[in-house]
Amino acid sequence: MVEEATVMSPDQPTGQADAASRQRVLATITGALSDVSPGPEPERTETTAEKISRPAGPAASGDVIGLFAERCADYGATVVRLSSGRATAEAARMLVDRGVRRIALPAGLLAEAGPALTNSGIEIVKDDPPLASAELDQLDGVVTACRVAIAETGTLVLDHSVNQGRRALTLVPDLHLCLVRGNQVVPDVPQAISRLYPSILAGLPLTWVSGPSATVDIELTRVEGVHGPRTLLVVIAE
Amino acid sequence: MNPRIGPDQPAVPTGSAKPAPALPFPAAARRELANPQLRANLRKATSTIQAKRALRQAETPDWQELRSAAAAIKDRTLRHLDHYLLQAEAALIEAGAQVHWAATADEANAIVTTLVKRTGADEVVKVKSMATQEIDLNEALAKAGIAAWETDLAELIVQLGHDTPSHILVPAIHRNRAEVREIFLAEMRLNGAPAPPDLTNDPQELAAAARVHLREKFLRAKVGISGGNFLVAETGTLVIVESEGNGRMCLTLPQTLISVVGIEKLVPTFQDLEVFMRLLPRSSTGERMNPYTSMWTGVTPGDGPQEVHVVLIDAGRGKALAEPTARPMLRCIRCSACMNACPVYQKVGGHAYGSVYPGPIGIVLTPQLRGFGAAQTRSLPFACTLCAACADVCPVKIPLPDLIVHQRNKAARHKQREPRPHLETLAIAGAGWAFRRGWHLGLVGRLTSLAGRLAGSRTAIGPLPWPASAWTRARDLPVPARRTFRQWWKKQQS
Amino acid sequence: MALPGQGMRVGLFATCINDLMFPQTVRATVDLLRRLGCQVEFPPAQTCCGQMMTNTGYFKAALGSVRSFVKAFDKYDAVVAASGSCVASVRHQHTMLAGRVGSAKLEEQARRSAAKTYDITEFLVDVLGVVDVGAFFPHRVTYHPSCHSTRLALIGERPYQLLRAVAGIDLLDLPEAEQCCGFGGTFSVKNPDLSVALASAKAANVMATGAEYLVAPDNACLMNIGGILSRGRAGVKPIHLVEILAQTEVAAA
Repeated sequence: MVEEATVMSPDQPTGQADAASRQRVLATITGALSDVSPGPEPERTETTAEKISRPAGPAASGDVIGLFAERCADYGATVVRLSSGRATAEAARMLVDRGVRRIALPAGLLAEAGPALTNSGIEIVKDDPPLASAELDQLDGVVTACRVAIAETGTLVLDHSVNQGRRALTLVPDLHLCLVRGNQVVPDVPQAISRLYPSILAGLPLTWVSGPSATVDIELTRVEGVHGPRTLLVVIAE
Repeated sequence: MNPRIGPDQPAVPTGSAKPAPALPFPAAARRELANPQLRANLRKATSTIQAKRALRQAETPDWQELRSAAAAIKDRTLRHLDHYLLQAEAALIEAGAQVHWAATADEANAIVTTLVKRTGADEVVKVKSMATQEIDLNEALAKAGIAAWETDLAELIVQLGHDTPSHILVPAIHRNRAEVREIFLAEMRLNGAPAPPDLTNDPQELAAAARVHLREKFLRAKVGISGGNFLVAETGTLVIVESEGNGRMCLTLPQTLISVVGIEKLVPTFQDLEVFMRLLPRSSTGERMNPYTSMWTGVTPGDGPQEVHVVLIDAGRGKALAEPTARPMLRCIRCSACMNACPVYQKVGGHAYGSVYPGPIGIVLTPQLRGFGAAQTRSLPFACTLCAACADVCPVKIPLPDLIVHQRNKAARHKQREPRPHLETLAIAGAGWAFRRGWHLGLVGRLTSLAGRLAGSRTAIGPLPWPASAWTRARDLPVPARRTFRQWWKKQQS
Repeated sequence: MALPGQGMRVGLFATCINDLMFPQTVRATVDLLRRLGCQVEFPPAQTCCGQMMTNTGYFKAALGSVRSFVKAFDKYDAVVAASGSCVASVRHQHTMLAGRVGSAKLEEQARRSAAKTYDITEFLVDVLGVVDVGAFFPHRVTYHPSCHSTRLALIGERPYQLLRAVAGIDLLDLPEAEQCCGFGGTFSVKNPDLSVALASAKAANVMATGAEYLVAPDNACLMNIGGILSRGRAGVKPIHLVEILAQTEVAAA
């Protein structure tokens, strides 16, 4: 099925042209695969996920949360581990220490983190109605949760559900503080992918964050902070 | 004075991703070899990234199984590409995206141009994308009066410097910091927010200038254009792997997002990404994970672009699929590990190849996509010593030396069809005769041993005239043996 | 005590470049194999592995080499050559050539001959099971692991094992050892500037070791690097690995 042709000006290609190209591309491919035996549904590659023997790497045994903290800090993020009762207060303190006054807070995090932040004198800006990009640019930072954290690679994954806010929220402000629960930390990428599958099926976008934005484009010198938040703070609550 | 150009007055793009009219590889390589700054930069870049990649491979105990899995997944996808394309199309439409098909580069450019025009925008922000460079999308948009802003720092340097990329991963590796500063000072003010007048050579400051310059463009952009690292057939999810956050900006802030995706970018299931998300960053930049990866599935209400287009392009890929000896090149995930490992690439860099795809994968892919008609494309498969260092590092196990030899076969057949006899075809015909029978080679040996005896007491041959000068200009040649092994053996036996 | 090669009949594959340019390497191979008890034969129907034609893209022209190879070595249990590059071509390219431009019968013959073809280092270590071949070479040497030997023939650590067991040898580490020397067959004349640039870098690394001899498992690389060393009067002598292994204390004296 191809999309319906929408309103187009006369000098532009039409939906019919698109449909003709589609037929041509598919015909080329089908012709190219004449040596492949036709089958209804292709078999699953037996070499993915489960079948790969994963020898016990550093993530397979021992302190998974510790490994995550270490690898995340490797990228230049500031990482702290705390008992869950102290997480939001510590988060507020870290923000105040860095001169943060106005932050965005997703609706799903208001109850959990709102009071501690307000008590520290931080102004909370709600993204409802959605803030314009220019308004986001005026904020000092943003505080969010995440969906999964990956120990092997020190990665945070956001699925932008209600306690993480839409994608622009963690992109435009220059500082991002992420609250991670200990049980969100998985040892490796394959397990993260498995846990993220429901989010994908729900149509949610994912953002994988491994340290602050970085580039090596000028003489291979690492520079942190190009377009995304230049400061990444991670508070792990156990 | 601030000659800032407002959003209502976008400037025409100042750079071009289109390579200059390309010289055949040997001549282009000679030109690049004469640039000591380039050679020093390339040496540093390729050796640094190679060492990091090797470190990541060493700390990944299941590396070889991962490579095999990646190759198997890609091969299976390619064997059933029609099926997966239709599955991806259905999933994308279901998720609110609009799917377009382009058999050729021109068709893809026409589709994108139309889509941009429909929004009323006269500028777009772009995420670095090999596919859009391959099809010369920026030039097509410029012709339609649409400014395409490259937002990757290196691509910005290349664009503002009226230049072409020299490396897939670090496209401005041929520029040093002083040159970047000069380019920023001279060009940023002509194209938007100017660089601060007191800008220094410090990479931190240079990156900060780019942040300010581009932020203005990100915040006002109505249309973003991207490629795609992977497209998940099962769900219609697109994946972009990046470092700087410019990708997230382009994928998130504009109202309209157009992604130009080669049909070989498919993977069957979301779970398959676990293999590629472990292989790609490690192979590409030598990091355990790149700073940012975005995954999105069509339109997410209230989050990001509300008009999402995916343009699936063939542009020669279907033809490669039809050749069993070319098919494995479609596994490529554009990590650039083969380039960093290539002794030829390390010496001359990307410009010598006259293509957006340089290095080992480039010398098989470029002639495949362009055909063997031009002498330049025919020269590319020979830009290789067949040392096989590339095959060792390829994360999807592309047998690059074999593919290169097959491309040479096509080039040779092309040459043989030409009416003019080439020195090479004559020499090969002679060699073919000499090696057909043992006694033929014995006869040749009698001639070479005679030459060896005539050389007298000399042990090495110095400079000789053309065509032998290709070898002897800088290298001595040993004198042929006065008695071949065959002659010695015969004498011994009798 | 029985010698390790006792009762073995070995087909010697001289290779064209060694036959015409470096016969001393083939003679050293004969000496060494005989010293270890093998019966060595040189079937005169042999020519060349054909990779010069194959790798330049002329598949049909290379077919004569494939045919002469399978014919010459049909009756042997093992085929041995002092060149990882030529061995790799026999193993990886002969069946491909037969399949592409030859016949199914030739493909099958090529498969059989490929399976019994060894580089001398593999034959010594894997088939004869020897690492110490009783060699004596009291010199400073550095080893260049040729690309085709290492990455295509996969001879691996064997040359190092064999060299370390040589009496009197001083084996020096070569910086950037795995880097290609820039020979690449017809690459060396199609892209001479690059070939020379790569060979010069290799030669500089060789000279930095202070070695008297540059040793490699392939004479083609030695011819390339040696050409630079010779032109620069560097005084470092190229020598094939097997020529070192063939040297004994008796011969040296």
